[in-house]
Amino acid sequence: MRNFPLPWPCAARARPASAWPALAWMLLLMLLLMPTLAHAQDQTQNQPQDQSDDAAIELLEALDVSSYADKGAAIEAIVTSDDSRAREWLQELLDGRLQRTDDGRFVVVLENRGRDWPVADALTGEALGEISRRNLERIGINNALRNQLRSAIAVVDLYSPDLERRRASAERLLGEVDADLAEPLVSVIEGEEDDQVRERLVQALAIHRIELGELDALSQLEGSLHPRVRVALNRAASGDDPVLADAARSALAGIEQQLKINRGLETLYFGLSLGSVLVLAAIGLAITFGVMGVINMAHGELIMLGAYTTWAMQQLLPGQPGLALILSIPAGFLVAALAGIAIERGVIQFLKGRPLETLLATFGVSLILQQLVRTVISPLNRTVVSPEWMSGSLHINDALSLTLNRMFVLGFALVVFAGLMLIMRRTRLGLEVRAVTQNRAMARSMGIRATRVDIMTFALGSGVAGLAGVALSQLTNVGPNLGQNYIIDSFMVVVFGGVGNLWGTLVAGLSLGVINQVLEPWAGAVLAKIIVLVFIILFIQKRPRGLFPQKGRAAEG
Amino acid sequence: MWLTRPFSERSTQLFLGVLIAAMTLVTFLHLALPESNPLYVNAYTVNLFGKYLSYALLAVAVDLVWGYLGILSLGHGAFFALGGYAMGMYLMRQIGDRGVYGHPELPDFMVFLNWDSLPWYWAGFDMAWFAFLMVLLAPGLLALVFGFLAFRSRVTGVYLSIITQALTFALMLAFFRNEMGFGGNNGLTDFRDILGFNLRSDSVRLGLFLATGVALGLGYLICRAIASSKLGRVCVATRDAEARTRFLGYRVERFQLFVFVVSAMLAGVAGALYVPQVGIINPSEFSPLFSIEIVLWVALGGRATLYGAVIGAILVNYAKTIFTGVMPEAWLFALGAMFVLVTVFLPKGVAGLLAYRRKNSTSSSTPGNTSNTKEVSA
Amino acid sequence: MSFLGSLSERDRVFDFLMPAQSPVDVRHGPILYLEDVTVSFDGFKAINDLNLTIDDGELRCIIGPNGAGKTTMMDIITGKTRPDTGKVWFGSRHNLLAMNEPEIASLGIGRKFQKPTVFEALSVFENLELAMAADKRILPTLTARMVEPVRERIEEVLETIGLTELRHRPAGILSHGQKQWLEIGMLLMQRPRLLLVDEPVAGMTEQEMERTAELLTGLAGKQSVVVVEHDMGFVRSIARKVTVLHQGSVLAEGSMDQVSNDPRVVEVYLGAPDEEA
Repeated sequence: MRNFPLPWPCAARARPASAWPALAWMLLLMLLLMPTLAHAQDQTQNQPQDQSDDAAIELLEALDVSSYADKGAAIEAIVTSDDSRAREWLQELLDGRLQRTDDGRFVVVLENRGRDWPVADALTGEALGEISRRNLERIGINNALRNQLRSAIAVVDLYSPDLERRRASAERLLGEVDADLAEPLVSVIEGEEDDQVRERLVQALAIHRIELGELDALSQLEGSLHPRVRVALNRAASGDDPVLADAARSALAGIEQQLKINRGLETLYFGLSLGSVLVLAAIGLAITFGVMGVINMAHGELIMLGAYTTWAMQQLLPGQPGLALILSIPAGFLVAALAGIAIERGVIQFLKGRPLETLLATFGVSLILQQLVRTVISPLNRTVVSPEWMSGSLHINDALSLTLNRMFVLGFALVVFAGLMLIMRRTRLGLEVRAVTQNRAMARSMGIRATRVDIMTFALGSGVAGLAGVALSQLTNVGPNLGQNYIIDSFMVVVFGGVGNLWGTLVAGLSLGVINQVLEPWAGAVLAKIIVLVFIILFIQKRPRGLFPQKGRAAEG
Repeated sequence: MWLTRPFSERSTQLFLGVLIAAMTLVTFLHLALPESNPLYVNAYTVNLFGKYLSYALLAVAVDLVWGYLGILSLGHGAFFALGGYAMGMYLMRQIGDRGVYGHPELPDFMVFLNWDSLPWYWAGFDMAWFAFLMVLLAPGLLALVFGFLAFRSRVTGVYLSIITQALTFALMLAFFRNEMGFGGNNGLTDFRDILGFNLRSDSVRLGLFLATGVALGLGYLICRAIASSKLGRVCVATRDAEARTRFLGYRVERFQLFVFVVSAMLAGVAGALYVPQVGIINPSEFSPLFSIEIVLWVALGGRATLYGAVIGAILVNYAKTIFTGVMPEAWLFALGAMFVLVTVFLPKGVAGLLAYRRKNSTSSSTPGNTSNTKEVSA
Repeated sequence: MSFLGSLSERDRVFDFLMPAQSPVDVRHGPILYLEDVTVSFDGFKAINDLNLTIDDGELRCIIGPNGAGKTTMMDIITGKTRPDTGKVWFGSRHNLLAMNEPEIASLGIGRKFQKPTVFEALSVFENLELAMAADKRILPTLTARMVEPVRERIEEVLETIGLTELRHRPAGILSHGQKQWLEIGMLLMQRPRLLLVDEPVAGMTEQEMERTAELLTGLAGKQSVVVVEHDMGFVRSIARKVTVLHQGSVLAEGSMDQVSNDPRVVEVYLGAPDEEA
C-alpha cells in the first residue's frame, strides 16, 4: 500500500491546479484508510515510534533528490504513507525547516537565528542541541511544490481532530475541488460537526458543481462574500449555458449589493477609527481651549510625550508589551499632565486674557519640546510594539474584518470621553471649572481658588493629550513630529464642534473622520484632507460658533 | 494727498533716512571697495541683505493687519508664497529651452511628468508685465475671497488665526501634489534670467537688493499712510472695540477686508522679490511654521509701529543665519525661547524698549497690553 | 508736494453736512415700533411677546429687574441680535430686521453700551472724530482730512461733555465717569434721531448724574431718547414716561408715580428688593 504508484509527475510541474486530480485520489485512499489513520493519530502522543524508522527515513531520503518531479513523487509518498508524522514533515518542508545534517540525519530547525541553530530530530522530535548552520543543508522546494504541499496539508487536515486545521483546510479547498475530490467530499461534509467547516465545504462543492453546469448548486453560493465564490460565479456568468449564466449574474448582483454594504461598513469603521483618534487628540484641547479660553499650541507635543512614555515603558519592560501598554495609560497621563502644569505655571499664567499671545508663547514651547525630543532621544521614529491581544482582527464575514487595535483605540476614546463628561458634570472639580468659566470674579468671591482650578483644568486637558499619545502609539510610529501632525486637525475638530462643548467635539471628530474616509477613495488622501480643511473653513463662515454653539448674551463676549 | 502725508512724520523720515543710508552704504561697500578690504561686502552678503529686506516687507504687511487691525494672521506665508510662485513661474518660462530636457516651452518637471502642454494657468507667465500683475492679483484675490467669507461672518480673534493657519496648511498640501503643476515637492528652481539679465551675476544681485529696498520703502509708506489716516484710526477702533465701531456706522468687515487685501498684496510682492534672490520657491513657504515665525518677527520688533516689524524681521533672520551656521540644532530652541520670552516679558517688543525715549510722540496707536484682544467666550 | 496736496482738495461737500441716506418717516406715528418680538437663547425666552412704541422726540425710561430683557431689547433694535419672531420698525419706512448694525447706525440710531466702550488707544479727540456723522465708506475714510468746521464741531462737543482739557490724551486713561461722558459725546457726534442709552450714570458722582440728567432732557424733543437705568432716583429726575419690563415683556407703562404704585411692579421690585440698588 505504501508505495502505491501514483501519477504524480504532472503535479510536480508548474500548474498547481493540476495537482488536484491526484489529491482526489489521495482523498479517496485516505477515506479507505480512515479507521487506521484516526487510530494512528490518537496514539501519536503515546507511541511516536510505532512506525518503522527505516521506512520513515526512506520516505525522507526520497525528498533529498535534485529533480523537483521526484520530490513531488516523494511528497506524494509521504502523504499516502500512514505515518503519523507525515503532516509535520509536510509543514516543515513547506516552512523550509526540514534540513539534513552533514552526517545525513534529518533534523528540524527550531529557530534560525544567529550562527548556530537549535534543531530536533525529524523522526523522534528529540532536541539535538545547536548545530552550526554551515553543517545544515535545506531540502529545497519550488513554488509548484509549495502549492502541492499546501494542498496536501489541506487534504490531510480535513481529517485532523484540530478544528482550526479543518477550518483552514476547508478554506483552502474553496474553488479547488474537482470531480475526483467531489465524491468523497460529500461524505466528509456529512461527517463534519463544525458548521463553519461544513459551510465552506458545501460552498467548495457547489463551486465544483456549477462548473459542471448544475443550476441548483447556485442557491448554496448566494450571499457568500468570498472572493473565490465570486470568481466561480463570474466564470459561470460568462459561460455557454445561458440559463446558468443568467442565474449566476443575478446571484452576483446580490453579492455585489452585499459587498457594497460591507465596503460601506468598512469605510465607516475606518472613519470612526480615524475620528476616534481625532476626538482623543482634540478633547484635551476642547477643555483647555473651550473651558479656559487658552490656546495651547503645544498640545500636539503633549500627545507626543504620551506616545514617548509608552515607548519608554516598553523599553523598561522588555518582552511585556501588554503590561507596558497598560501601565503607560496612567504614566502617559501623568507625564503629560505634569508637562501641562509646567507650561501653565511657566508661561500661560502670565498671559491671562491675551489669547493671541498665549497662542504664540505655547507655540514656542512646542518648538522647544520637539527639539528636546530630537536632541535627547532621536530625530528618528521609534516603533512601539502592539501587544498580542491587540493585533489581529475580528472576522465579521468574508468581506469584512475589523482590525483589533483600531477597535481598542475607538473604545478607549469613548471611555476617555465618558470619563471626562463624568468629571465635568459630577465632580467638585467639574463644578468649580464651570463656575470659574462663567464668572471668575464671582467664583473667587465664593471661595473657589481660581488659580488652583486653572492648574487642575490645564493638567486634565494635558493629561488627556497624554492618553491620546498612548493610543496613537498603537497606530503610528512615534516621532518628534507626531504632535505637529495632529494639532491643526485637532483645532479644526474643536472649532467645528463648537468651542466649550465636549459633545460637539465628539460629534465633530467622528464625523470629520468619516468624511475623510468617504472622500479618500475617489479623491486620494491628500486631496481628501484639503477638501475637509476647505469644508471646515467654509463651514466656519456659515456657523462661526461651530456645530453646537453656545447662545445668549454671555456667548458674545 | 493721503499717500504723502506720512512724510511729515518724524518716524517715517527717520525710517526712510536709515533705509536709504543703509542701501547706499551697502552699494558703496560692494562696488567701490576692493575685495581685499575688510569692509568689502561681497555679492553673497548683498544677496543675504536682499533676502532680509524682503522678509522685512513681509513683516510690515503682517504688522499692518495684526498691529492695527488686531487680526493675527497665521497664514501670511501663503500670500508670500503665492507672490513667490507667480514670480517663479515667470522665471521658469524665462529658462526657455535651456532646461535639462531642452524643451522649448515646458519646464523640466513637466517634461519629467510626461505632460505635453502647459496647463492653462501657466499661460501668460512668459510676459513680465502679466507675471508681475499676478504677483499682486493672486494673493490679493485669495485674500479677497477668504477675507470676504471670514469677515462677513465675523470670524475674528483666535478662530480667524486658526483658520488662516488651516488655509496655508491646505495650500501647502495642495502644492505638494505634482498634479497641481507647480513642481510638487521640489517647487520651481534653476532660474536663469530676469528681464533678460543673468540672475547669477553680481550686478543683478545688487539690483535686486536695491529693488527690494525700494519696495520696502514704498510698502512702509503705504502702510504708514493707511495707519495715520482716519481709516487707520477706524482700524484701531475695530481692533479695540469691534462692536462699538459697528454701532458708529462703519462697515467693519469692509475695512478689515480692504486692509487684509492690501497686506496680502504687499506680502505677495515680498515673496516675488524673495524668490529670484534665493533661487527657489517650494511648498515649504506655505508651512504653518513659517507663517507663525513671521508673527514672531513682528512681536519681537514691536507691534503697530511698522518699523518695529522691520527691526524684528532683520534681527530674527540675522540670528537664524548665525545659528544655523554655528549650531543648527540649537536654532529651534532659540526660536522657541524667543516666542516665550517676547510674549511674556516684551509685549511691546524692541520698539517698546526704544519708545520711552520718544514718549511725546503724537502717535497714540501703540496697543496696550490687553486692549487688542478679545476674551474667547467660553 | 503742495501740488499733490491741492489735487486732493476737490470741491466736496463737507461730510457731516450730507443728508442722511433716506430720512425717517414719522408722519404716521411713532419713531420706534416693536410688535410681538420674541427671542430665546437655548429655550430661555429673554424677550417674550414684547410690544413697545416710542414717539418722536420722546424721552422714555425703561426699568426692570436684572434679566428682564432690557439689554437684549437694545441688541434687537441695533441689529446685534435677531429675534425669532416679531416686527421692529424705525419710523414707518425702515424695517430694522432687514438691516445690519452699520446700516441701522447710519439711519440715525445711536447706542451707548452698558459697559462704557470707548476706543482706549485713540485720543478723546479721535474718538469723537470717528463717531462724527460722515461718509463712512472706505476710500472717503482713507482720504478724509481734518477741516475747520469738523474741528469746531468736535470742540463744541468736547465743551459739552467737559473733556476739552483731555482732548489729546488716550481715552484709556479716563475715569469711569469720564468714559461714560465721552461715549455720550460720541452719540452726540452721530446726530442720531434715536438714542439708546444703557445705564448712563453707573459709576457717576451725584454731580455728574445731575449734568447727565440735564443733557438727556435737553436732547429730548429734538431727538428721541430711550434710557435704561437701574438708579430710581435718576429715573425719577428725568422720566416723563416709564416702561417696566419683566421676564421679557412689558409689565406696566405710565408716569413714574403711576408705575411705582402699580401692585404688580411693587411685587416684582419689592419681591427682590436688592435689585433696586
